[in-house]
Amino acid sequence: MDAAALLAQRVRAGDVRATARLISMIERDDPSRLETLKTLHAWTGRAHIIGITGPPGSGKSTLTDKIVSELRNRKRRVAVVAIDPSSPFTGGAILGDRIRMNRHSTDESVFIRSLATRGHLGGLSRATSEAVRVLDAAGYDDIIIETVGVGQSEVDVVRLADTIVLVSVPGMGDDIQAIKAGVMEIGDVFCVNKADRDGAERVVREIRAMLETAVLNGASTRFSVLYASLAAESAIPDSVAPETHDYFQQGAAHHIAKQHHDHGELDLPPVLTTIAESGEGVRDLVDAIKAHETGLVSTGLLAIRRRENLAWELGKAAADRIQSVLEHEERKSAMAELASAVLEKRTDFYEALDKLERSLAAAYVAQES
Amino acid sequence: MERTIRVLVAKPGLDGHDRGAKVIARALRDAGMEVIYTGLRQTPEQIVNAAIQEDADVIAMSILSGAHNHLFPRVLELLKDKGVDDVLVIGGGVIPDDDIPGLKAAGIAEVFTPGTPTSATIDFIRNNLKRKA
Ligand SMILES: Nc1nc2c(ncn2[C@@H]2O[C@H](COP(=O)(O)OP(=O)(O)OP(=O)(O)O)[C@@H](O)[C@H]2O)c(=O)[nH]1
Ligand SMILES: [Mg+2]
Repeated sequence: MDAAALLAQRVRAGDVRATARLISMIERDDPSRLETLKTLHAWTGRAHIIGITGPPGSGKSTLTDKIVSELRNRKRRVAVVAIDPSSPFTGGAILGDRIRMNRHSTDESVFIRSLATRGHLGGLSRATSEAVRVLDAAGYDDIIIETVGVGQSEVDVVRLADTIVLVSVPGMGDDIQAIKAGVMEIGDVFCVNKADRDGAERVVREIRAMLETAVLNGASTRFSVLYASLAAESAIPDSVAPETHDYFQQGAAHHIAKQHHDHGELDLPPVLTTIAESGEGVRDLVDAIKAHETGLVSTGLLAIRRRENLAWELGKAAADRIQSVLEHEERKSAMAELASAVLEKRTDFYEALDKLERSLAAAYVAQES
Repeated sequence: MERTIRVLVAKPGLDGHDRGAKVIARALRDAGMEVIYTGLRQTPEQIVNAAIQEDADVIAMSILSGAHNHLFPRVLELLKDKGVDDVLVIGGGVIPDDDIPGLKAAGIAEVFTPGTPTSATIDFIRNNLKRKA
């Protein structure tokens, strides 16, 4: 057996060192990992992938620690991928998420791995997605991804998850504005942590109000599609259900959600309060996370979401490859040359662009073969 | 590509001060290393399992409570039991000179006592990694 196949076999057999080694190969973009990943592919797709995101310091790691305990009570094998930022100046990092969870490190059914962002984002989402697949193939039932904070970068990483928990805390002030401005859409389950502090109930009400507005406006959120499907599932007799695909569309989602509202029961995602420090509310949170998964499975949305995510990942990976061709020295000097030609009116911008695109395509094909 | 060095910084034992550990963690980060900080009161079992899951190149332990003669060798013993022979293990903290030869014989590669500049630890790690790229 060759080294790649052997490594895959060890990962499959639950060899923690092999799994950890393979994740390091992924992190440093080691091409020799690919054969192993290809072999492991057959065993992926079984785990429930859970994203935990929210502002820095909101208690994501503490919460993850308690979620792990609760999942262990339910006899699940759990893996955690915890991401912390690398220093942009030295490339070094202090990965501190593990402090809150290290008591699980002697539990053989728990695997925790810290990843540093290592500079660029495309690389991080690739590494995270590959690491999650390895852990999936290694037989972990639930895989939790803890992100760095809230922002555009998170959306990329979180996109790998089936269920996303968006954590907020009381007293965030302007941060709630940040959440309003675009991150809200990515949540499936909403959690207001640090509920031992003043103002938690107010944050719950604010989030509910935002979610309600989003639904009534017909905004395309992850949950609006799910609730529309669930509603359709219960409303439509089985015999006709397979033909009615259009309730995955935003318009139908809006329509059904609105109908529900007219009956006084607007379906909103759960907004829960927790005290991660003490574990209060965590059982309900895990119930909500698991109920979300059940809903995804029963409506068939899990498969649809995974297909969408994978299509997005393929697009990202292709863009990364094209980018690397574009950054090649040869392309750079070609671009400088084209820029001169445009400035000297020997050609125009769009002709130059077409020319660049053709040379890029040729270089890309050459690199591939 | 240059390999990023991953260091697990741990505080075994019962003492509740981790200022020294945090100082070294920051110095290692500033030297471009990735530091997995596991916090206070870690058992040797927790340290070794964490190092394996994190695929650390180095385990750096700091101890002030005086239990080093028991806890440091225990970490090496557990590594050996698990067949891990390529992790560099170093120690620091309040450790009497007389204890150092015994710790080294047990497999602690180097012991850094208070006052050692962090640059010495950084250089030692860079020059003594057991795993090369
Ligand atoms: N009062 C209170 N403090 C909490 C609660 N949960 C977490 N904390 C504290 O909040 C601080 C940050 O917790 P972490 O779990 O590290 O937060 P995080 O979101 O993972 O932080 P980053 O990974 O650095 O973004 C710690 O001091 C925790 O002890 C809670 O429910 N109540
Ligand atoms: Mg954290």
